[in-house]
Amino acid sequence: MSDDRLPVRRTAKLFIGGAFPRSESGRTYEVVAHDGRPLVHVARASRKDLREAVVDARGAQGPWAGMTAYLRGQILYRVAELMEGRRAQFEAELADAGAADPARGVSAAIDRWVWYAGWADKIAQVSGATNPVAGPYFNFTLPEPTGVVGIVAPGDQSLLGLVSRLAPAIVSGNTAVVIASEAAPMPAVTLAEVLSTSDVPPGVVNILMGVTAELVPWLAGHMDVNAIDVTGVPDDLLAEVTELSAENVKRVHRGPDVDPFSEAAQSPYEITGLTEFKTVWHPIGA
Amino acid sequence: MSEAIEHPPATWEYAPAPESKDVVRLEDRYGLFIGGEFVEPKSGRYFATIDPSTEEPLAEVAEAGSEDVALAVEAARGASPAWQALAGSERAKYVFRIARQLQERAREFAVLESMNGGKPIKESRDVDLPLAAAHFFYYAGWADKLDYAFPGRSPRPIGVAGQIIPWNFPMLMAAWKLAPALATGNTVVLKPAETTPLTALLLAQVIQEAELPPGVVNIVTGAGATGAALVDADVDKIAFTGSTDVGKAIRRATAGTGKRLTLELGGKAANIVFEDAALDQAVEGVVNGIFFNQGHVCCAGSRLLVQEPVFDVLLGKLKDRLQTLRVGDPLDKNTDIGAINSRAQLDKITELVGSGVAEGAEIYQPECALPERGFWFRPTLFTGVSQSHRIAREEIFGPVLSILTFRTPEEAVEKANNTPYGLSAGIWSEKGSRILWMADRLRAGVVWANTFNRFDPTSPFGGYKESGFGREGGLHGLEPYLELDGGSR
Amino acid sequence: MSQAAEIERSAPATPVASPAEASRLVARAPTVDAVGLEGRATSLATRSIKHDSKRRALELAIRCMDLTTLEGSDTAGKIVAICAKAVRPNPLDASIPAVAAVCLYPQLVPVAVEQLRGTGVAVASVAGGFPSGLGPLDARLREIAEVASAGADEIDIVLNRSLFLGGRYAEAFEELVAAREAAGSAHLKVILETGELGSYDRVRQASVLAMAAGADFIKTSTGKIGVNATLPTALCMMEAAREFHAQTGRRVGIKVAGGVRRSKQAIQYLVLVNETLGSSWMTPALFRIGASSLLNDVLMQLEKGTTGRYAGPDYFTID
Repeated sequence: MSDDRLPVRRTAKLFIGGAFPRSESGRTYEVVAHDGRPLVHVARASRKDLREAVVDARGAQGPWAGMTAYLRGQILYRVAELMEGRRAQFEAELADAGAADPARGVSAAIDRWVWYAGWADKIAQVSGATNPVAGPYFNFTLPEPTGVVGIVAPGDQSLLGLVSRLAPAIVSGNTAVVIASEAAPMPAVTLAEVLSTSDVPPGVVNILMGVTAELVPWLAGHMDVNAIDVTGVPDDLLAEVTELSAENVKRVHRGPDVDPFSEAAQSPYEITGLTEFKTVWHPIGA
Repeated sequence: MSEAIEHPPATWEYAPAPESKDVVRLEDRYGLFIGGEFVEPKSGRYFATIDPSTEEPLAEVAEAGSEDVALAVEAARGASPAWQALAGSERAKYVFRIARQLQERAREFAVLESMNGGKPIKESRDVDLPLAAAHFFYYAGWADKLDYAFPGRSPRPIGVAGQIIPWNFPMLMAAWKLAPALATGNTVVLKPAETTPLTALLLAQVIQEAELPPGVVNIVTGAGATGAALVDADVDKIAFTGSTDVGKAIRRATAGTGKRLTLELGGKAANIVFEDAALDQAVEGVVNGIFFNQGHVCCAGSRLLVQEPVFDVLLGKLKDRLQTLRVGDPLDKNTDIGAINSRAQLDKITELVGSGVAEGAEIYQPECALPERGFWFRPTLFTGVSQSHRIAREEIFGPVLSILTFRTPEEAVEKANNTPYGLSAGIWSEKGSRILWMADRLRAGVVWANTFNRFDPTSPFGGYKESGFGREGGLHGLEPYLELDGGSR
Repeated sequence: MSQAAEIERSAPATPVASPAEASRLVARAPTVDAVGLEGRATSLATRSIKHDSKRRALELAIRCMDLTTLEGSDTAGKIVAICAKAVRPNPLDASIPAVAAVCLYPQLVPVAVEQLRGTGVAVASVAGGFPSGLGPLDARLREIAEVASAGADEIDIVLNRSLFLGGRYAEAFEELVAAREAAGSAHLKVILETGELGSYDRVRQASVLAMAAGADFIKTSTGKIGVNATLPTALCMMEAAREFHAQTGRRVGIKVAGGVRRSKQAIQYLVLVNETLGSSWMTPALFRIGASSLLNDVLMQLEKGTTGRYAGPDYFTID
């Protein structure tokens, strides 16, 4: 085979319900590298695409949360395994996006999956409680997934930033609708391909590319989205997003403002920021 | 009947047993509690607060305007550095003092609570006040142990908290708000509800007597506009308990301000009775679930879901039980159901009950005489209710129970969760595995199994979905008042 | 209406089930949530009974009282004295009603029958191997028949807890039915000895069994063990009686016994009856309190209600 053969390019499509559709609108937008070099046209998600993604996320949520924590942990660990096999591609995409140290970014993203995978069967032990109420009742509090979480991926560190928001969201049993970084969506596209070949059930993670400023308000205003992670929401949109979230009392969660490579960037509080706490009472009597 | 008593005995009526009002000394007029003192409102305005069981005025209370609210926030801001710097162990002792004073003066508070809010004295005496004191006692002990609650995360107070509380449990909600805020080192501006300000103002006296540094707790009275001014004021956090509509408005108002927010909003809880339940106790739980505090309870079990085979039996028992409920003078020690809190609330209940009748549900109310004056509503059952009826969807916040049926556990879960709310739920069954299966699937922050409407300072409370976010009570009730290292913004 | 007229009933109860059905009856008895039951009892105990309603309650407590002496040392003299007290609890106040019955051991029944003839106060005797009920069955039945023929109006027997707790429901049931027959026209009170049953579920099951076997009354305790009547236990039995009435139309009486010494306790039990079974049960025909020292406490409370002064025990006859 000759080295000058024509390479087969990839079509960058949305990831909804485990499938890779084009936008129902038929629209795309052009993604360029940090140096202005044109890279690819990616599908540009419409409002209807977002609606479909939420429907699929909702459908997947019960079964995902219903799995044992042990199994969810293994599935997330499997994502890390598969990412390791596609390092080169992720690194190339990060390089295109202008990352200073693509290899470090990929390593940190893989390690972050592993770190959160390990929390699956521990978060309830660390954040739950049995409560010594003043009466003949057994009373305990457990974290539970809040439901469908909208995630606006941070624009910087487009792979690590995304994984740092996604992994803690889904490890507890939430499902996610992710809006990928508008400027650098390719690592998200590749992550979608990794997820589709991992054991993550269809619909648990849905990834939309498109124009952040138009997608985010649709996500924030959606009545069947329980929470929105606004870590990647530009400051000028934050107030509007929060206002829209009021309509169904969405939880609005924002990750820590720290170096994404740092220890402080991963925390069990990122998991519980997207959980509910349920307290159960039962009498104690013979 | 196989035999009859020849001379049926006459009904044994209980003589009135009113709790004495002597223990309460009311002022004619109350100012705002700002900077450790009662001050005249800059607004110059006062409003009358009444006894809803008689409609008689009890006192005049200052209406805080924006300027007054700003002064209160300024006082809280000024007191904040010293309060934050105080050793946790010292802060604890102040909060313990409040707890103890509340225990000492519990009867006085209970009587005033019933006078101003209309709730039966047996509830204010046996539930609201003991729980309020316990709440202060519980959180007092946390003040110097926060590092154990959040290891390695350097818990720090947020600063100034604005707290807005409802009229259904005035003292208890004040305790739920103040105790964790103070224990964690925050200073506070508290706004009691318009119709029930008096126990909060009595609490201000207790706070003075406990010698809390001036400005650590400030209490501003007023209606919605005062609350809105507090939301807009220079506070670092808003904690709100009240209606979902107002909660949403506060969410919008604080959007983009960086103010932290916790919301404890409405509910439409399902109380689910399976055919294997201990039915006599389930009846008590259903009654307590909806008629406790006249049904003015956000977590009230206002939708009863009954498994079809026991529907007739349970309904019969419920109707019999309703006959024994004693509606009347809130200060009578034997009163089970007191006065509706306000004319406005009575109108709302009346309107929703009217809609239930209009939509074709069947209404049942026991015979009972109601006092001529004041705001009253008979305990009410609706049967033949479907999920689409307004009385099955909207929070009535009154002594009105909508009864629906189900066939399977799956159907019960589906119906229970079919609401934008998610505050609480009840399960009645003698089968342990089914209880845990149900508890796992019900989308509600508090699940009572074989009991209902239990509260405890150690037990986190708060909602899913449109019932709000954040938890009050327990270890989980600390976090909303703390900044944590590496914590989320 | 005289006390006797109120207590008088047309016929003793008869069994409503066969022994073969006993196991099914027990299995189908509703379960009881202990914490919920106790919570309800505690809540009812906070009812505040004042003024006229208190006076009525205290008088009713006397009229519903089985004035009891069950000591090995009881003599004819003791019985004569207690009968006098039963008929005229307060010699200085004729408005104070007589008690419902005097409750004693079988051997002393003839003394009480003699003393109480024509007074309207009934003679109640324990029988059937009281308090354990574990003697030979024929001896127990003979004892019941003998006290009946000696003139006892009411007979308090014990449930065979050995059979019941051992799961031998049909045999326990048959014993009760046989006792019912042996008692003839006397009213039969079946003591469940709830302190030995171990759970409210068992109390409810035992109540169902006894009522189905034809008990006129179900009674909490013998007074001979550490645990006597309690409010939740009595409430549990009342709930069983309420259900039995709903199912069969027959009203079964409730008797609380053991440890009821104060007026306040008696009033609490009356509140339980009033709010659980309703006013139709508020009669000596359907509610009894077995007690010895309670009577004088009630008399002192009534005196206080009349005079406004707190009374002292020296002003009331001990029997």
